[in-house]
Amino acid sequence: MNHVDVRRGAYADSVTLMQVSRSVATSHGVDGAMVAMATPLNLDLLAGMGFEPPDASPNDMVVAIRLGPDGELDEALSAVDAALAVARRTRAAGAVEAAPHRTTATALRDSDATLALVSVPGPYAFVEAMDALAASRDVMVFSDNMPLEQEIRLKSEAAERDLLVMGPDCGTAVVGGLGLGFANATRPGPVGVVAASGTGCQQLLCLLDSGGVGITAAFGVGGRDLSEPVGGVSTRQAMRRLDADPATELIVVVSKPPAATVATELVSYAGELSTPAEFVLLGAGEPDLTAGAERVLAALDRPTPAWPRWGERAASTRVGYLRGLYCGGTLCDEAMLIAGQAGETGQAGQAGQTGQAGQTGQAGQTGRQLGPVRSNIPLSPELALDGSLTAPAHLMIDFGDDALTAGRAHPMIDPTLRLERLAAEAADPDTAVLLLDVVLGHGAHPDPAADLAPEVAATTTRGVPVVIALVGTAADPQDLEGQATALADAGAEVFASNAEATRRAVALVGTGGLR
Amino acid sequence: MTDPLHREPSVVATGVDLLADAVDAQAAPVTRVDWQPPMPGTDDDLATVAGDRRRPAANAEAVRRMLDVSAHLVDVVPAREALGLGAGDFLHAGPPITWERASGPMRGALMGACALEGLVDDPERAAPMLATGTQVSLDPCHHHGAVGPMAGVVSASMWMWVLEDPASGRRTYCSLNEGLGKVLRYGAYSPDVLDRLRWMSTTLGPLLQAAVRRAGPIDVTAILTQMLHMGDEAHNRNRSGTLMLLRDLGPALVDAGASGDVAEAIRFIGGNDHFFLNLAMPACKLALDAARDVEGSTMVVAMARNGTDFGIQVSGTGDRWFTGPAQVPEGLYLGDYGPDDANPDIGDSAITETAGLGGFSMAAAPAIVRFVGGTVPDALATTRRMYEITLAESPRWSVPTLEFRGAPTGIDVSLVCRTGIVPQINTGMAGRVAGVGQVGAGLVTPPAEIFPAALAELAASADRQPSASGARSS
Repeated sequence: MNHVDVRRGAYADSVTLMQVSRSVATSHGVDGAMVAMATPLNLDLLAGMGFEPPDASPNDMVVAIRLGPDGELDEALSAVDAALAVARRTRAAGAVEAAPHRTTATALRDSDATLALVSVPGPYAFVEAMDALAASRDVMVFSDNMPLEQEIRLKSEAAERDLLVMGPDCGTAVVGGLGLGFANATRPGPVGVVAASGTGCQQLLCLLDSGGVGITAAFGVGGRDLSEPVGGVSTRQAMRRLDADPATELIVVVSKPPAATVATELVSYAGELSTPAEFVLLGAGEPDLTAGAERVLAALDRPTPAWPRWGERAASTRVGYLRGLYCGGTLCDEAMLIAGQAGETGQAGQAGQTGQAGQTGQAGQTGRQLGPVRSNIPLSPELALDGSLTAPAHLMIDFGDDALTAGRAHPMIDPTLRLERLAAEAADPDTAVLLLDVVLGHGAHPDPAADLAPEVAATTTRGVPVVIALVGTAADPQDLEGQATALADAGAEVFASNAEATRRAVALVGTGGLR
Repeated sequence: MTDPLHREPSVVATGVDLLADAVDAQAAPVTRVDWQPPMPGTDDDLATVAGDRRRPAANAEAVRRMLDVSAHLVDVVPAREALGLGAGDFLHAGPPITWERASGPMRGALMGACALEGLVDDPERAAPMLATGTQVSLDPCHHHGAVGPMAGVVSASMWMWVLEDPASGRRTYCSLNEGLGKVLRYGAYSPDVLDRLRWMSTTLGPLLQAAVRRAGPIDVTAILTQMLHMGDEAHNRNRSGTLMLLRDLGPALVDAGASGDVAEAIRFIGGNDHFFLNLAMPACKLALDAARDVEGSTMVVAMARNGTDFGIQVSGTGDRWFTGPAQVPEGLYLGDYGPDDANPDIGDSAITETAGLGGFSMAAAPAIVRFVGGTVPDALATTRRMYEITLAESPRWSVPTLEFRGAPTGIDVSLVCRTGIVPQINTGMAGRVAGVGQVGAGLVTPPAEIFPAALAELAASADRQPSASGARSS
């Protein structure tokens, strides 16, 4: 079959077009091809090749293709477009080094990039992210403080274009083996993760890694994705992606406490997919992240390992208050749920549970709980701390909260603020035990133990126990074992599971009458 | 097809370096964007416009319409015939202007035109008539499908190039170029200036008409393609274009008239390297006019100056002009002239930049850069910078020194506001005082504030409706 079309006004030089012609002629299913400006000479050549010369002027480009028996016209025409694009780009690359692009749109125009990563200040992130969607690219929005209506608009645009928006405020993703933002080095495996929680995702990935299970991808969707106004648009899109991926055997959705209606819808949506799904949705009475990881392993018929721990157990309990100093918001949430009040178990978010009941770690089932935990990210408004971030009570401070990161780097990168607070808490006679997280992976501080271990040693020397949740994989650049050993040598009890760390810290709070 | 989940990822990173570093550390390709905050006060409007549901398709449509146009030279006729101008009707360059606010060269050109049309004997006596508006009317060329270089004054007896898009039949018009130095378009109106204009009306115009009617139509857009490969950028350098026009019209000219007149005409055209500018401009306008009035489009469809104001029109905002004070170009001066002698920016010729030629294709014309006070690397950098504020690359105008990359075309108001990069214009400089003429040539940019003003209007009319297939469906 012969095909001839004329591209009015398109122009490329003859050498380029000869290269394009050769490339198309050798592509699958094509017996002959000529892409050329429609000069009289070229039209004669075309006729000589057995094509009907079109009505065209020398200022038009003519595309002539002879298809073989198994040739597809669409495929051949795409080959023409691809060859023209390659010719343009190759030439651009050979030119003198150019100044960097100034917008996501113009950078994507000249790039094969599969993904845009946007981390400009929040008020500007929407514009850059829309560039990515307009260029048919997925986008990860690391930026926080994007107005809600912009998030909704961004995600509806993405849904229409069958693209994925990760974020806003997406701290973690793993795509095609590449860690984005704060991400742990994971191995390939059967689990596809969708996470509306950065450190929640990291905890899950690291526990699965320690259980010998890797992932196909981890799509962060932003902490608000499962809220009522956003409605889980990105979660659904990410689930669809994973469902279409033959290597993904199990989809796991991890979220901070979701809106119940959205959770219900997503569980119902999961039922329409051919890939089974597990939901790990934090909330009072819901399984914690470690229990979630155990359920995932069970669903894959993998044994649940003893979660790694390092260091000597502290000698004795101490009367006073639990003081949690966190980098990860979800880890802080989880710790508060575990340590907090018992009365709220089993109420919310039941809709989310489809999997087998790995009931080992429900928030209501610890040996004991401490009662109200005050926080800068409180579980309920009356538990909020004032600006001093101090109170004679059990405290959990999230140093990664927006209010504490304004004008400074995230505490996973810059530990200064938390180290100062650690010293202050160690000196406070009311402090019973200190609970901290240390998060490893790409993007995080290259050696967090170097700064932290001396402060830990000073604290334990005073007789104040320190419990650390260490979130990392063996392949992380910081060296998981080295970090764990350094912290354990400083006297800390170190746990791979934040839930286990929290329970241990709770157990270390003496019962001898709080003031 | 490649599996999107498992193909080798590569990233464009916009924002903090640390995240790009982490990608780099994993040996994945990463392109870093040199992001900077947008022009002050544009944050909200940029977000609104970025979220306008119509914008991507509207801009694609505007670009497509612009690029689909071929400009063919089809005729040469007097302005009274082409545009219906009466003896006291004058067109001028740029956005609308009154005599009171008109600059020296604009006034000089209008005074000369009054004398040319016989409204006064002496141009010096035309001022009262122009000031009171008795017997005369002023209107922008752009409002009549026309463009004019520098003062751009068009009067009834001047002969106009007629360009037509064969697909649509739409036409644009431009006067014949008078040459350099003391000429009406630079505000000169001495007797020799008027004598030359009369010769152009009585001899050159009719000769060209006969020649074009015999030899035409001539594909001006295609000549522009060749010009960029021959060292012209079609605004401040039109040498090869002028010669190609002579080549195409020469035989018909010889056949068209008395030998003495023909020789004089060819001598005149060949002696004026800018002769083709007056074909490049209406060709660009013809293309850009096709892109007008696409709702939601943020593409600039005209940039024009009247010597006092610099104005732009945008596809999505109809006929409204967004204006600010015209700047004084920076460049080189003729003879003893200096910056104090130069008038602020003037002329419709920035239509060439609007279409992707002139300053936007400066890299194609290394010979021009020293004339406008730059270096060859400057020229390359200028054209490259213009890709950051344009929507498309021209499929037929390409830049040899950038490995034949298509010229940056279709200025996006939004990208200008985001990057703070303003369009680069190559221009001639008129003397500040009426009657002086050209004093130099150089580079100029629009007043930056007109782009946020246009953006605000685009934001005010944006479609903010949530889509039917919004957040709750998939």
